[in-house]
Amino acid sequence: MLKRVHFPTSPLPYFLVAPQVIITLIFFIWPATQAVYQSFLIEDAFGMSTEFVWFENFVYLATDEIYLDSFGRTIFFSICVAFLSMSLALILAGFADRVIKGTTTYRTLLIWPYAVAPVLAGALWVFMFNPTLGIFPYILEFLGVDWNHYLNGSQAMSLVIIAAAWKQIAYNFLFYLAAMQSIPRSLIDAAAIDGAGPIRRFFDHIFPMISPTTFFLLVINAVYAFFDTFGIIHAITQGGPANATSILVYKVYNDGFVGLDLGGSAAQSVILMFLVVAMTIVQFRYIERRVEY
Amino acid sequence: MVQNRPILDLVSHLVLIIGILIVALPIWITFVAATHDPLRMTQAPIPLLPGSYFWENFVTTLFGKGLSGAETAPVWRMLFNSLSMAMMIAIGKIAISLLSAFAIVYFKFPFRMGFFWLIFITLMLPVEVRILPTFEVVANLGMLNSYWGLSVPLIASATATFMFRQVFLTIPDEMLESSRIDGAKPLRFFWDILIPLSRTNIAALFVILFIYGWNQYLWPLLITTNSDMTTIVMSIKQMLESAEQQPEWNIIMMTALLAMIPPVFVVIAMQKLFVQGLTETDK
Repeated sequence: MLKRVHFPTSPLPYFLVAPQVIITLIFFIWPATQAVYQSFLIEDAFGMSTEFVWFENFVYLATDEIYLDSFGRTIFFSICVAFLSMSLALILAGFADRVIKGTTTYRTLLIWPYAVAPVLAGALWVFMFNPTLGIFPYILEFLGVDWNHYLNGSQAMSLVIIAAAWKQIAYNFLFYLAAMQSIPRSLIDAAAIDGAGPIRRFFDHIFPMISPTTFFLLVINAVYAFFDTFGIIHAITQGGPANATSILVYKVYNDGFVGLDLGGSAAQSVILMFLVVAMTIVQFRYIERRVEY
Repeated sequence: MVQNRPILDLVSHLVLIIGILIVALPIWITFVAATHDPLRMTQAPIPLLPGSYFWENFVTTLFGKGLSGAETAPVWRMLFNSLSMAMMIAIGKIAISLLSAFAIVYFKFPFRMGFFWLIFITLMLPVEVRILPTFEVVANLGMLNSYWGLSVPLIASATATFMFRQVFLTIPDEMLESSRIDGAKPLRFFWDILIPLSRTNIAALFVILFIYGWNQYLWPLLITTNSDMTTIVMSIKQMLESAEQQPEWNIIMMTALLAMIPPVFVVIAMQKLFVQGLTETDK
């Protein structure tokens, strides 16, 4: 943690940490405490009076069906995004690990969606699924599917899941490929000599060996789906139709800035903060135990 | 490879190529849409092969008034705003993290661990969960509609501080001993030894942070009300809204293309640094 040898005591280190600490205090700690404080308040619609109500906002949320639905929806959304993007990435990484020539080329061509902003990813997919113009509704019509994600809640949910998963494939692919390439070749060779075919080798040797990566990616993807998908939702559905795609982060924004329910929005922020803390702890505990075979 | 299986090799390449096609499909559609005239883009099904209006759309988008109907700043101005924001966030984060990591690793002073934990907490407070109060702070400081407001609230970063701390801890103690014998003051040591030694880490982090900064959406959306300050990434959403009345998909998709080219270029051109940065910061 600290170097064995260090510089003599002086006021210098305080000046060095000052910029970061001041920014942290003003833009992180103070707003966070404000969020906690506001979550105990109820303000009337015109901002004329506020009342300190202890946990009333939280009690209200716990019994609010719209909020509980949003919670369940967020979990469903996260599981779908994580499963879809991780399984596609795993398949692609499995094959990319096999080919001898061109791994780097394939990697280059697969990783760049990481750089596309979530809201842009949303814009691209909403264009492709535009009910009147889009290419996919056109194809789906031949299959007898009437696509309109502006009206159909489950179609809207599928579309945001596809867009969110698409953007995350790059990240998962990169980590899976790195994990597979770090497996000792001798192990795979030994399995092959024992007569295990490629499919057997993948499921019995490669997949267990990369299970730490799978767990790590699971946490990362959950965090991504919970917090980084605001842009996708905002561009594609704006939480609609009828709240069908209103996940927690979107609801905090919507209740706070559109609905102007400050206390309720702050209470939701506080719950989200607890969720981040929990996920960070899981992530760090895992990192400490991250064992290489 | 352990076994020679030509058919499986062929299948591998095939699957990878299909994967690439699926991943690239949205971009292809975007590119194609950006090369057609507005009339063609109102007829279903939309084309799958590029048209001949690329240059025209490019000029109209970049220097024209953008979408008719929507009151937005010219696109070149938004690109400039995005670039400024991304650069300020990336450079600011790296600078303050280098300094604080240096203090925490190389000095022993009261409250050292207190500061460390204070920085650590920021890891748990992404902007999405504290938007309303942070917005109020920025509004009270009069930082709305400014580059400072766009970047400063986002530049405190626990991950960058941790990464530099990790890097500094791997630098042998003898470096410090010998430079102290040579009479180097702390700042001199920092500038002449630590910075050069962590050069690749700084570059790798810069790539990641540039993309992070460029792709910011919710924060600029909240704090910029003046159309001169909009960033290119947020303008897409405004354009999508106006598309519901008057679709000019060729212009919208050209803007989307312009918005994603800089970060995608950075990832592809600096792939090695990008991969390094990604794996280092997420530990």
